[in-house]
Amino acid sequence: MSDVLLELNNLHTHFFTDDGEIPAVDGVSFHVRKGEVVGIVGESGCGKSVTSLSIMQLIPSPPGKIVDGEINFKGENIAKASKKQMRKIRGNEIAMIFQEPMTSLNPLYSIGNQIGEAILLHEKVNKKEARQKSINLLKLVGIPRAEAVVDEYPHQLSGGMRQRVMIAMAMACDPELLIADEPTTALDVTIQAQILDLMRNLNKEKETAILLITHDLGVVAEICERVVVMYAGKVVEEGTAKEILKDPKHPYTQGLIRSLPKIHEKEQKLYSIPGTVPKPGKGKIGCRFAPRCEYAFDRCFQEDPKLLSIGNERYTRCFLYEENVGSENDHAKSNS
Amino acid sequence: MVNVENKKQFSNKKLTNPSPNSPKPNSEEVKAISPWRDAMRQLRKNHFALAGFVIIVFFILLGLVAPLLTPFAFDEQDIINRLQPPSAEHWLGTDHLGRDIFTRIAYGARISLQVGFFAVTGALVVGSILGIVAGYFGRWIDMLISRIFDILLAFPSILLAIAVVAILGASLENALIAIAIINIPIFGRLVRSKVISLREEEYIMAAKAQGMKNGRIILHHILPNSTAPIIVQATLGFGTAILEAAALGFLGLGAQPPDPEWGKMLADARDFIQLAPWTLIVPGVAIMLVVLGFNLIGDGLRDALDPKMKN
Repeated sequence: MSDVLLELNNLHTHFFTDDGEIPAVDGVSFHVRKGEVVGIVGESGCGKSVTSLSIMQLIPSPPGKIVDGEINFKGENIAKASKKQMRKIRGNEIAMIFQEPMTSLNPLYSIGNQIGEAILLHEKVNKKEARQKSINLLKLVGIPRAEAVVDEYPHQLSGGMRQRVMIAMAMACDPELLIADEPTTALDVTIQAQILDLMRNLNKEKETAILLITHDLGVVAEICERVVVMYAGKVVEEGTAKEILKDPKHPYTQGLIRSLPKIHEKEQKLYSIPGTVPKPGKGKIGCRFAPRCEYAFDRCFQEDPKLLSIGNERYTRCFLYEENVGSENDHAKSNS
Repeated sequence: MVNVENKKQFSNKKLTNPSPNSPKPNSEEVKAISPWRDAMRQLRKNHFALAGFVIIVFFILLGLVAPLLTPFAFDEQDIINRLQPPSAEHWLGTDHLGRDIFTRIAYGARISLQVGFFAVTGALVVGSILGIVAGYFGRWIDMLISRIFDILLAFPSILLAIAVVAILGASLENALIAIAIINIPIFGRLVRSKVISLREEEYIMAAKAQGMKNGRIILHHILPNSTAPIIVQATLGFGTAILEAAALGFLGLGAQPPDPEWGKMLADARDFIQLAPWTLIVPGVAIMLVVLGFNLIGDGLRDALDPKMKN
């Protein structure tokens, strides 16, 4: 386990609102190894983004607060780090890219200016060197005519180009971990494939670990090695991307995969999981997914299921697997 | 399927290409346009703003070269030639003490523009700092600052100015301070609301994710993005400040005799409205023109700087 770069241990991030305390992240644990690509998957509102912002300590506070748990980055608990320590880590060791490339760049500054700023924040270089480095970074992320783009303004670039610029900015200081919060959601499918290719190349060449937050299982299939499935602030399943996609255990994951459009089936209507994501709230008892689950039985509404180990780095949070841990469950499988 | 494969290969090729032989950017290509330069180009196309600009430049020059334009001093009395109508000697006539009105208007331009400049600058600096602090940090500090603004805005502005001058004593400097104070909440609220909307922008979050300090975020991202409304308000506020200074002067709370303040000139001319209407009309028109000039520029700037107003 010495090659673990980031480890979340029982992380609780709560929001304190007028309607009471809301546990947006409710005991999340997982880890990312050096150079690994890990995906966090889940519907909107399941706590994916809050998890990623918690790692960066960028939860808007108030109302948000990390109330419990550890975030170990390179063996150090950064959940307790000072503001100054965090600023050194942000951008330098952990970088982040956001969902909306259209608004993630300041409209008043040229591209080179903004990438250069990211470099100057953490490295002792002069402006000329920073500019040259910006051009190199733009080339690295596959932007044609980088020498010209460096002086252009965000409004002159397309969404895909801007996302590349964002990635260039994030890669400015060679971070060890890149958190990508829905990096391709706002882009169309072909650009999406290009951005994912780019991220995969960076991962291979620079050995940057990537924590990819997405709701798109297609994206997961493209680049992730391991996947963490979240539902209502909790991890419900974890495993390799292959395992999760081919052999999902948790009824929620099964539902997610069934909702994907398939090439060979001519069904007109896509499957969708009945119901909606429950509102997170404190003190709810029972499996969060139970009201939408087709296998739910009495116990699901009375007890919280534990995260069960069902193989090598394979976990699921469901009572169905409690008795025959590690073995196949025909009942669940026949429907997947 | 074949298509998808092709696309993939295509994208791969494009990605791994570090563009060693990418075409050199030539001058024919689209030039990088800074948003500021774009705004200036928009402004130059606006005829009204241009007219406003001409008016203001005229008054600035008038104030600057006043001693060269007239052989009189602004406080030079000539009782025998009092209340003379405009003539070749006295271009705009004389007032009740026989002082040359043109001279007084020209020197008065200095006073009015200075009052406008310093009052607006003071209000802008203090208001912006308070607005940024309130908007960016929020919580109790926002509550405190916003309530102070509310209290200041609850008074009719001229009444507040009178109160301030009454406390400090009647003089041009104190009138200037009073005008600055009553304009602070106008800038403060404007900046605060702009900062609150900017604070939610993703590039601010991205800047934080890069490890940027709050102070740097404010200076590099928040402030430059809030300058547009500040500039517009400053220009419009320039006109208002001059008007308020004239009002205080008219009430005898601003500039003291023999300073040729336009509001004071109006007050002096009141008694001679039948006998010598030019003594009233000339300073009135001067005030009107300067305020109009600033308003025209302000409107033009707003159109040029506000992307929502663009077609």
